[in-house]
Amino acid sequence: MSEPSQSNKSVPSAGMAFERPIHELEVKLNELVELSQGTNLDLETEIGAVRQALAKQMAETYENITPWARVNVARHPDRPVTGDYVATILDDFIELHGDKVFGDDAAMLTGLARIGERRFMLIAHRKGTTIAQRLACNFGCAHPEGYRKALRKMRLAEKLRLPIVTFINTPGAYPGIGAEERGQAAAIAENILAMFGVRVPILAIVIGEGGSGGALGIGVGDRVLMMEHSYYSVISPEGCAAILWKDGERTPDAAEALKLTAPDLMQLGVVDGVIKEPVGGAHRDRQKAMATVRDTILSELALLESVPIDELLAERHRKYRHAGEIPGRFPSVEELDS
Amino acid sequence: MSDERSETEAPRPTEQPIATSDEERGKRSVSKEDKKAEKLKAKAEAEAAKAAAKAEAEAAKAAKAADDDDKPRLRWKKKELPGGLWLKCEACGETIYKKTLLKGDLVCPSCTFHFTVPGTERIQMVLDEGTYHELAADLEALDRLNFTDSVSYAEKSRRTIERVGLKEALHLGTGEIEGRPVVICVLDFKFMGGSMGEVVGEKIALGCELAAERNLPLVIFTSSGGARMHEGMLSLMQMAKTCAALDELNRKGGFSICIMTNPTTGGVTASFASVCDVTLAEPGALIGFAGPRVIATTLKQELPKGFQRAEFLLTKGQIDAIVPRKDLRHTLARLIDFSERAWSEGESA
Ligand SMILES: [Zn+2]
Repeated sequence: MSEPSQSNKSVPSAGMAFERPIHELEVKLNELVELSQGTNLDLETEIGAVRQALAKQMAETYENITPWARVNVARHPDRPVTGDYVATILDDFIELHGDKVFGDDAAMLTGLARIGERRFMLIAHRKGTTIAQRLACNFGCAHPEGYRKALRKMRLAEKLRLPIVTFINTPGAYPGIGAEERGQAAAIAENILAMFGVRVPILAIVIGEGGSGGALGIGVGDRVLMMEHSYYSVISPEGCAAILWKDGERTPDAAEALKLTAPDLMQLGVVDGVIKEPVGGAHRDRQKAMATVRDTILSELALLESVPIDELLAERHRKYRHAGEIPGRFPSVEELDS
Repeated sequence: MSDERSETEAPRPTEQPIATSDEERGKRSVSKEDKKAEKLKAKAEAEAAKAAAKAEAEAAKAAKAADDDDKPRLRWKKKELPGGLWLKCEACGETIYKKTLLKGDLVCPSCTFHFTVPGTERIQMVLDEGTYHELAADLEALDRLNFTDSVSYAEKSRRTIERVGLKEALHLGTGEIEGRPVVICVLDFKFMGGSMGEVVGEKIALGCELAAERNLPLVIFTSSGGARMHEGMLSLMQMAKTCAALDELNRKGGFSICIMTNPTTGGVTASFASVCDVTLAEPGALIGFAGPRVIATTLKQELPKGFQRAEFLLTKGQIDAIVPRKDLRHTLARLIDFSERAWSEGESA
């Protein structure tokens, strides 16, 4: 699952219309560069000017990026996915497939990972990069066996006293017949419940799509970070628009209303931090984006491992028991009867 | 902007793990899962299907209601016990004298279809008369996202409060079941489809804490369309909040029972409802993660008969028992009697 994605710069992906001004400059730049290479013309001045314009346009576009545009960046086909991270930032990885109950869910990758001297358990949604991989991974939609595989590996991590790092990147848990028969809801619920008792640090990173319960099923963490252009939402903007607006055209409005971006969720107090992406998004400078994630994992794990585990668990519980709450809004249990 | 909107939309999936684009959605419908499942256990699957079909035939009476979608049930919600003396059962079409239905615990006398029970009636049905003591009844939703579709969430919430006479979708309190004291939580489908926002999540958590504080069993009735999307991620966080509280209750050796009633889907099923110690369901109840419509649309295929109904889930090992409404009170009392030693088993409370 580590094939590099195919970059096709000449056609912007569907939904990336907001990048058109950038794209036009990129095309122009390419033409100039090719022209200067193919001939003896000195186009340095022109190329420099276009480069400058491009940088400016990129910064402006991404500074004013709308929530819906961010969702599209989060889904961009060139955006690094789990397989890319495994191939690029890990110094060792032993995949452990078994859920030991039903079957191997390709949409959930689990295994023992190492960066430098730091060892941990990686639990990650997997989308794949080629069409064949994407199909095999159901586009990152995990089945109950995927969630149960994740739980089994959390138990192993606990035994080996290895911290857990999760990569969240799913449109949502798979909505299918087999998934329902095998208890999709229960599998997710069991994981959420279990993660409150897992006696090792948990770092969760939303690397792309944080799709609802399917994301939360591996998403309870001592620290929950979002990449700058990832999103995390209770429902897809498409689903929300269809239900509340009864109009698919209103998807951008739904994306706006749901407050699903990293800055919005920081403000609501439901995530703990944002990982900066290169200007123009992770898909424009994949190496740099992945390196930042690597550094973040190292610094976050060092921090989490310095806290005594009982304190960490108490704080994990407290954080979620009062997730995003306005202080003082709700009575304590002692105050209930008064 | 009819006030009935909130009900009609509620049972739809709030968990909608749909593809990123139309093309992808198309591709995804080539269900990999089916191929895999067939390869892995084609024979077992076929046998299971046969067994399911048989069980379903046996449960035909209750399942008569469970035709191939949930529409009839939802129509009931729109009416909410209409003013007239007579009404029509949506499952079998029989005309029922309203008083008879109410006397019969909202079960159709001719086909045993279990109508969705509003919270107040449920509490009357389950608890000993005069024992219910409601708690935190004043908590109201806040429109923290300034969420506006055709109307603002604040306004929608205000109108709902006015219309249904409840402040939120969860009833929390203490009471007794055949003399046994309990903490009880009842989701009320008539308040925005029993959807879970901050207040519902908080009250479930408070219920867990109260049960722990008083060493009482926790009894939860669910009927819910899932997370309340008007509260965005704050509503998704309630899945974690309720599980955190339940985890604490478990640590202290508490005992929890969840009775899933029609319909229970989305973020409620995927959190506290599925991880109580004992999971019961009412006959014919629709219970699932994704709503049947989402699944049918995603897979572009017809769903098996009785899919996601309580009887189906029982054969798949997903619930502990189906309990007809008339037996519910006594069954709960008997279950609670088995939890006498529960508290001594946990870490000291
Ligand atoms: Zn009937």
